Amino acid sequence: MPKPEVVILVGGEAGQGLVTVGTLLSKAFVRAGYDVCVTQGYQSRIRGGHNTYELRAAVHDIAAPADEVDFLVALDETTLAADGPALRAGGVAIAAEDAEAPAATLRVPYKTLCPPRYANVAAAGVVGFLTGLPQETLVGVVEDAFHKKPDEAAANRDALAAAYAWAAANGAPFVRPLPAATPRPPRVMLNGNVAIALGAASAGAKFCAFYPMTPATGVPLTLAAHARTLGLVVEQAEDEMAAVNMACGASFAGAPSLVATAGGGFALMVEGVSLAAMTETPLVVVVGQRPAPATGLPTRTEQGDLDFVLHAGHGEFPRAVFAPGTVEDCFHLTRKAFELAARYQGPTFVLTDQWLADSERAVVLFDVDNLLPLAAYLPPASYPTPYRRYEITADGVSPRLLPGLGDELVVADSDEHTEDGHLTEDLGVRKAMVEKRLRKWEGLRAAIVPPAYYGLDGAENVLVCWGSTGGAAREAAAALTAAGTAVAVLHFTQVYPLDPPAFLPRLVKALRVIGVEGNAGGQFTGLLRREAGFHVDKFITRYDGLPMTPAYIRAALERLIAEEVS
Amino acid sequence: MTDVMAFGTYETAWCPGCGNFRILEAVKRALSAADLRPRDVLFVSGIGQAAKAPHYLNANVFNGLHGRAIPAAVGAKLANPRLTVIVESGDGCVYGEGGNHLLAAIRRNADLKVLVHDNLVYGLTKGQASPTSEEGFITKAQPDGSYAEPFNPLALAIALKAPFVARGFSGNVDQLAALIGEALAHPGFALVDIFQNCISFNKVQTFAWFKKRCYELGAEHDPTDFNAALAKAYEWGDRIPTGVLFKCERPAFESRFPTAGAGPLATQAVDRAALARVIASYA
Repeated sequence: MPKPEVVILVGGEAGQGLVTVGTLLSKAFVRAGYDVCVTQGYQSRIRGGHNTYELRAAVHDIAAPADEVDFLVALDETTLAADGPALRAGGVAIAAEDAEAPAATLRVPYKTLCPPRYANVAAAGVVGFLTGLPQETLVGVVEDAFHKKPDEAAANRDALAAAYAWAAANGAPFVRPLPAATPRPPRVMLNGNVAIALGAASAGAKFCAFYPMTPATGVPLTLAAHARTLGLVVEQAEDEMAAVNMACGASFAGAPSLVATAGGGFALMVEGVSLAAMTETPLVVVVGQRPAPATGLPTRTEQGDLDFVLHAGHGEFPRAVFAPGTVEDCFHLTRKAFELAARYQGPTFVLTDQWLADSERAVVLFDVDNLLPLAAYLPPASYPTPYRRYEITADGVSPRLLPGLGDELVVADSDEHTEDGHLTEDLGVRKAMVEKRLRKWEGLRAAIVPPAYYGLDGAENVLVCWGSTGGAAREAAAALTAAGTAVAVLHFTQVYPLDPPAFLPRLVKALRVIGVEGNAGGQFTGLLRREAGFHVDKFITRYDGLPMTPAYIRAALERLIAEEVS
Repeated sequence: MTDVMAFGTYETAWCPGCGNFRILEAVKRALSAADLRPRDVLFVSGIGQAAKAPHYLNANVFNGLHGRAIPAAVGAKLANPRLTVIVESGDGCVYGEGGNHLLAAIRRNADLKVLVHDNLVYGLTKGQASPTSEEGFITKAQPDGSYAEPFNPLALAIALKAPFVARGFSGNVDQLAALIGEALAHPGFALVDIFQNCISFNKVQTFAWFKKRCYELGAEHDPTDFNAALAKAYEWGDRIPTGVLFKCERPAFESRFPTAGAGPLATQAVDRAALARVIASYA
């Protein structure tokens, strides 16, 4: 019986079109009904270097990268050397005819198949044939991509046809077809960044300011690409301070607003977070994590900014922090971040990382008709008068009017202020305002997304993880459970605030609780200790810039258990 | 003309004799002459004694962070282009902490009217050199005198072709109110640098110092002449020009966005059909 999944790694220099090959194949697998999970590895340079696009496609649902490769598509010789070791026994390397390559490599005469600039498309065609993808599916993807450029579409189609024909004649020993996929509802292919942008737009976001920073730039670029269609304002700011302050200004004037950046850019925005909190201005902040401190590894992944985002901003104020585990989560939790920012009038956060931000997935089409956006503003028919922007209320939320959209004047201040928004040094007012702002915690706590528990009730091992490590942890747990070691997963997609009664019994009952995090210090387990009084002393961490994989977690857990026994 | 009383009268946190009082008066007079109602105007300010000015009149106010008034104002203007957005802050806030934002806003030609109270010193932090302090200006922080060449806001704004560049003086309220009025009427970015005395911390550039030097540009100055304007911006010493130094026309930043003309962003619902099409395009 053929293996129900395939892992394809495309490697080459930046500028060789490896993402084109990868995306073409990924979309084709999605259209053919498979699930996909993409891991992009690239370097902080424009041309050259060594970049990879790993595509894992499966009949069943997947949400994690793999360690072993079935097809290695080497667009350059470096790839054969660098990624050859990842090829599983029986795997196939595919390289150009004239490449220095091991004997077992399938050598493709790209030069005779198509003009040189379409060699990458031909490579996709060869892989398509070997994995059993119908040629028409790949052709459909390129025709859609180039529907405005018929010549380009034709050239791509020809390259694919030549590649399929060549592979049919020469590739027989290397064919590893996937079993047929079961029919699925209509799906699209999105990565984390695109899903965040679409989630924001669906929630009613109208304004985004940004300063480009990997890995978050895809969020504003997606919004910019659709700004005209969706009626959005997207502005590249002169720096991150400008970006966050523009967003605060736009939000004050009524536009649901977001900023997106990485840890370093967020460091520059932090005063603006505090501003949003003090002025009670809704603001959604997307932070795409990458290895730090400072510039770190700009294009790799990590979960090292949790502590930073939890504590960012001087002073005390309520916040909610979401950490999507999947691309669907990116969409839905961004919506939730907008909803809470609007309802509780302050900053909320969406914390992703390079791996998830760039990871293409098959996503079932969102039911847009049934996703409620924030309501467009209508001046309320009545409100307490005289109007006071910071009226003290039982739940801490004051009636919000917008400047210029009614007769009332709206006054907001970063200084401590009176109910009518004017700066004050009255210490009694100060105390009342602190308490008013902090009362918003109650509402945020009532809206917590609880962690999901996967596995058998009472499993003796529980992996505690958050955000993008969820998929790898679940797959590792399932495999270990099948092999006789009961492992469950407690996966948090909201990392702040927490509701310990909702999950603590699971942890208390387990024999072993293991923190699984993409950082060195076990930041989330530190948070658990502080918030839930639960002490985790076993860790599986990763901080080499690469994402957690099921095999990595499984090996680490087996090692932990073995050490305990010995 | 709106009744100037519509803009109110408030108790302030300023020192008696501060130039701010007269600037406030000029601002209210200009708003009234421009027939603006308090609800149509948004003041965005930063931090400093000048940045408190919007608290002392009736209007919408966003008093944000030190140095960051301009970007907050850009965001607000993009969100609701119908608002008249006035940035009011001091030389430390706009020219020091917020320098990069000033450059960018002029380059964009954001439709902001930027009023800078320029007293050549940091007042609220009790007397350190500001970007416009003269070289050699002695303070507790610069006991040997400021080492830096003073920042020339007008020359910078003219070099970047800001559509409206003027200088006023708190000691000439009639002229100042007229300059602010002209700034409000001129489309696009406007910078009005406003000399004022700091009664507490600038013992060099006093009210009398400015009074003696400031003169009004006459009809012989052509503000559309870039080189003449730049030359005037560098005139410093015994005689310092006030008035409109430079004027030009440039395409409005806000009009370049696809949402321009659609009204305030807050009132625009999500176009679900368009969103569904966009999402489906990722198949």
